[in-house]
Amino acid sequence: MTNLFTLKKYFLRYKWKIVLGIIFILLSNAGTVYVPLIIKDSINELQSTLHQESITRYAILIIVASLFSGIFRFLIRQTIIVVSREIEYDLRGDFWSHIQQLPLRYFQNTATGNIMAHATNDINAVRMFIGPAVMYSIDTIIRLVIVVVIMVTISPIVTLYALLPLPLLSILVYFVGKKIHERFTLIQEKFSELTTKAQENFSGIRVVKSYVREENEIDSFKVLSKEYLQKNMHLVKLQALFQPILFLVTGLSVIIVMWSGGVSVIEKELLLGDITALIIYLGILTWPMIAFGWVVNIIQQAEASMKRLNKIFNEPYDIEDTADTNNTIDKIKGEITFKNVSFRYNPNSPEILEKIDLTIPSGTSLAIMGHTGSGKTSFVNLIPRLYDVTDGEILIDGHSIKTIPLSVLRNNIGLVQQETFLFSDSLLNNLGYGMRDPDKENILKAARIAQFDKDVKEFPNQYETIIGERGITLSGGQKQRATLTRALAIDPQILILDDSFSAVDTNTEEEILRNLKSFMKERTSIIISHRVSTVKDADKIIVLDKGKIAEAGSHNELITLNGIYADIYYKQLLEKELEEIN
Amino acid sequence: MAQDTKSDDEILGKAYDAKLMKRLLGYVKPYKKYVIAAIVLNIIVAALGPLRPYLTKIAVDDYIVNSDFNGLFYITLALFGSLVFQSVMQYFLTYYTQYLGQKTIYDLRVKLFSHTQRLAAKFFDKTPIGRIVTRVTNDIESLNELFSSGIVMVFSDVFIILWILGFMFFLDWRLSLVSLSVLPILIYGTFLFRKKVRESYRDVRFHLARLNSYMQEHVTGISVVQIFHKQKDEMKNFSSINQDHTTANINSIFYYAIFYPAVELISSAAISLIIWYGGGEIIQQNLSLGVLFAFIQYTEMFFRPIRDLSEKYNIMQTAMASSERIFKLLDNDTVIKNPDNPVLLNSVKGKIEFKDVSFAYNEEDYVLKNISLQINPGETVAIVGATGAGKTSIINILTRFYDISKGKICLDGINIQSLDKRKLRKYISVVLQDVFLFSGTIRSNITMNNPDISDDKMMEAAKLVGADRFINNLPLKYDEPVKERGATLSVGQKQLISFARALAYNPQILILDEATSSVDTETEILIQRAIEKLLVGRTAIVIAHRLSTIQNADKIIVMHKGEIKEIGNHQELLTKKGIYYKLYQLQYKDQEVIV
Repeated sequence: MTNLFTLKKYFLRYKWKIVLGIIFILLSNAGTVYVPLIIKDSINELQSTLHQESITRYAILIIVASLFSGIFRFLIRQTIIVVSREIEYDLRGDFWSHIQQLPLRYFQNTATGNIMAHATNDINAVRMFIGPAVMYSIDTIIRLVIVVVIMVTISPIVTLYALLPLPLLSILVYFVGKKIHERFTLIQEKFSELTTKAQENFSGIRVVKSYVREENEIDSFKVLSKEYLQKNMHLVKLQALFQPILFLVTGLSVIIVMWSGGVSVIEKELLLGDITALIIYLGILTWPMIAFGWVVNIIQQAEASMKRLNKIFNEPYDIEDTADTNNTIDKIKGEITFKNVSFRYNPNSPEILEKIDLTIPSGTSLAIMGHTGSGKTSFVNLIPRLYDVTDGEILIDGHSIKTIPLSVLRNNIGLVQQETFLFSDSLLNNLGYGMRDPDKENILKAARIAQFDKDVKEFPNQYETIIGERGITLSGGQKQRATLTRALAIDPQILILDDSFSAVDTNTEEEILRNLKSFMKERTSIIISHRVSTVKDADKIIVLDKGKIAEAGSHNELITLNGIYADIYYKQLLEKELEEIN
Repeated sequence: MAQDTKSDDEILGKAYDAKLMKRLLGYVKPYKKYVIAAIVLNIIVAALGPLRPYLTKIAVDDYIVNSDFNGLFYITLALFGSLVFQSVMQYFLTYYTQYLGQKTIYDLRVKLFSHTQRLAAKFFDKTPIGRIVTRVTNDIESLNELFSSGIVMVFSDVFIILWILGFMFFLDWRLSLVSLSVLPILIYGTFLFRKKVRESYRDVRFHLARLNSYMQEHVTGISVVQIFHKQKDEMKNFSSINQDHTTANINSIFYYAIFYPAVELISSAAISLIIWYGGGEIIQQNLSLGVLFAFIQYTEMFFRPIRDLSEKYNIMQTAMASSERIFKLLDNDTVIKNPDNPVLLNSVKGKIEFKDVSFAYNEEDYVLKNISLQINPGETVAIVGATGAGKTSIINILTRFYDISKGKICLDGINIQSLDKRKLRKYISVVLQDVFLFSGTIRSNITMNNPDISDDKMMEAAKLVGADRFINNLPLKYDEPVKERGATLSVGQKQLISFARALAYNPQILILDEATSSVDTETEILIQRAIEKLLVGRTAIVIAHRLSTIQNADKIIVMHKGEIKEIGNHQELLTKKGIYYKLYQLQYKDQEVIV
């Protein structure tokens, strides 16, 4: 139960609404339990004295009492259940606020689906505890006490007999509910097996067809489907018990009242109205008894979910402003120094960068080449502190980047990632995403530099065009130019392009590079690329190989060196020649 | 096309479509007996609930009022008996209707899956795999409720209502009319509530979907959020979406908050009416107390079947939408046609001819243009070319994953379109560059669960390609589990397994798409040797990325932009200083070190 204590602060936030809700529960139950008493009196009177007026009075009383109870029942939901939704809102907000501060490392090790499952299933399970579980347990306890007291005043003996089977109901609901949950989990597992099987088959359909294994695949799919059917029937066996048990136990209570109450009536110890009231009270108690077992299950599930949520809440931010942060730094000029920098993603994973020493003077450009996996992307990701170095230090303008306020650091770096990511939103919102005060003029300026302006003019709603799932799909090249625009729009002191032209045709690329040249005056730029044409004009080119700087110098120097760079250069010349043959 | 199918998943229209329903019911037909039995059972069970208030009426009027202990005892026994009987019957009824549903959807699922296995590669290339998976899994699943509770339970609800009405009118028709006077309000209220809840549920779902897609999107793009340091602004956006979702939920609480108390009020009103009118009748001695007693119980019984009936609407709606999508897939006939009277080949020699073959995936967009070539039995032919030269398409058309647009492909002089395509694929083994391993074991991945391949044959194949070394080092050897996509194996190991797979099938013709991915030198040598073994004694077409392979080939075909530009052996082509010469410099020259 300890994990659910985390919720205390949320409950306290809404304590008055909850107290009010509890008062409503009390009042509503007062009305609910009064109705059977009226019915009792009316039937008892019908057995002896006969007055139409008093009958009419009873009839009206029933409606009044029900109305009274109903109004408060309405108010209970409007308070307690509403509170549960409000707490859910707070909890989800806190969850999200926490999630988006977590370091990228966390996201690398956690599947998106997992995070989504926490955000939906776990929060929902906790919500079920806060709302329905709390409401029903308070309601059940209050109702149980009042009803039992009244029933005992009518007839202690008959009440005792009649109530005997009811706790059985709670227990059965609890155990059956638990088992059902277990079996349901098994079904879900089988279902995901079935899904995986289908997924695998459809993905490997060529292999299946090549080896003419369709029949075999169908057979094994059949086997899985059959197992899934059996797992389902396994659950049905239990689930089918639910209704009969309910019938049986509640029906049994009624029959007991009929018998022992009937005997008492014959022996003139009770009146017929008394039995009627007892039977109706049993009806009133049925649902709370079911709810009891149900609530216990909800609490257990909520506890497990809250445990998972707390684990996330306890994940450290890692990268954030600390006491060492120098808040007087509010500008960046752009000199970047790597001092003996080493980096690995996880303590026991291999080193990605090894002892890098390098200075990029402000206002100059650096180009990085190297094979896939040579550490190029990790190199640039360290600069805006998407990851922190494992060893060594990175300085900007002589300050360790760990002392620069994160907002200053990141607001001055325009990083265009290799994987283009745009939000499904309007182009304008996407392009101005990083700007503090988005203004269209600067966005347009950036779009012109990135050679994206022309494309946008062709779109149906120009800059208001929605892109992504709900809008138009951009081509790979357009996406790259859009993300470039987004980075340029924040007017960064340091611009980093991580293989950002791979899908852009060479002519457009050349134009962009020409435009960038004047934009980049006074700014520092780092360009990662596979194309020699992109990097050849950089002030300095380095070639990364297995996490180390293998070659460094200008284009001409590296060609003379006749190493990796030169090899790539000649190959690309050949490719170009091949491309030109028809 | 893409847009057309996208809207597919959003169909949520009619709750009843006679055509669809008829087709759906066709799948229940094999279980007609079960259905009839279930319905008959339903009618009986439905009577037992309403029977008990009637019995209590007898208990009150005939025995309690007349102080008849024995009578009271027997009626109590009868009550108990009917209760037990009802409970037991109810259990079996639920069990069998669920069984019926499960069986039916099992049949449908297997049928749908079998159908997909017949569809052509074109279909799979064009349709996102996730969508096909959804058809076979979730869409089928949503039919379960229709078959198990929908069809049969509608009868149950209707019969319970009919039985209650029957008993009530049998006891006293005037009091029945009086107490039933609240019924229209109850029915109207219930359906109104359902409608409102459905609307607000739609609203909730809409906002939930927004919330989820926001989170999904921003978790995926979290690096962008962090790069631009936008967490604070994003929190504002998130809060507003979160708030909309909360508001939608709170709105839906309102309907529940009104509905449940309202139902209680309506049933109280009915009781109040019974006491007022019935009480008056008792005063005038027109009615017995027991009847009053029974009626109070009947009013409580009405609600559940009415509520259930109103819920059926949702079940039907989802089921109709799903079945429409399922049938659409079942009706899809993107298949490569098999000839009606396929030519039978007694033994395959392995001579392949391409005669003026042109091929396009879409309309006139030719990826292969006027290809003519001849490969003699036992020959190894290497196809080389830059990316996009059309190499992969050769595999696609030779195995009839796609049919060619113009020209003719012959195997041993016979047009492959007049051969049984399954036989054709048995003659040809394809080893694709992107090795696809299935979850299972090493054994099942080599034999592909073909019982014709004995253990000896499998192990021999593994040994020949040199895969046995690493397999024997695995804890469970050939029974070592293989995870999805062979996640636990290295690239080289996966390739060796796929070679063993091809060899175990011992095809007359082998098509090998060599992988470009780099492996360590040791594995490279292992793979080169394996390939040599693989090519011996059969016709082979290799999309080559290895220098060793092209040097050993009988013939090298140089493809460029969909056409054959040069044919010859390694030395001939090198001296020609054409495309091959350039390709050699670009792709193969570096490999000389290893060779």
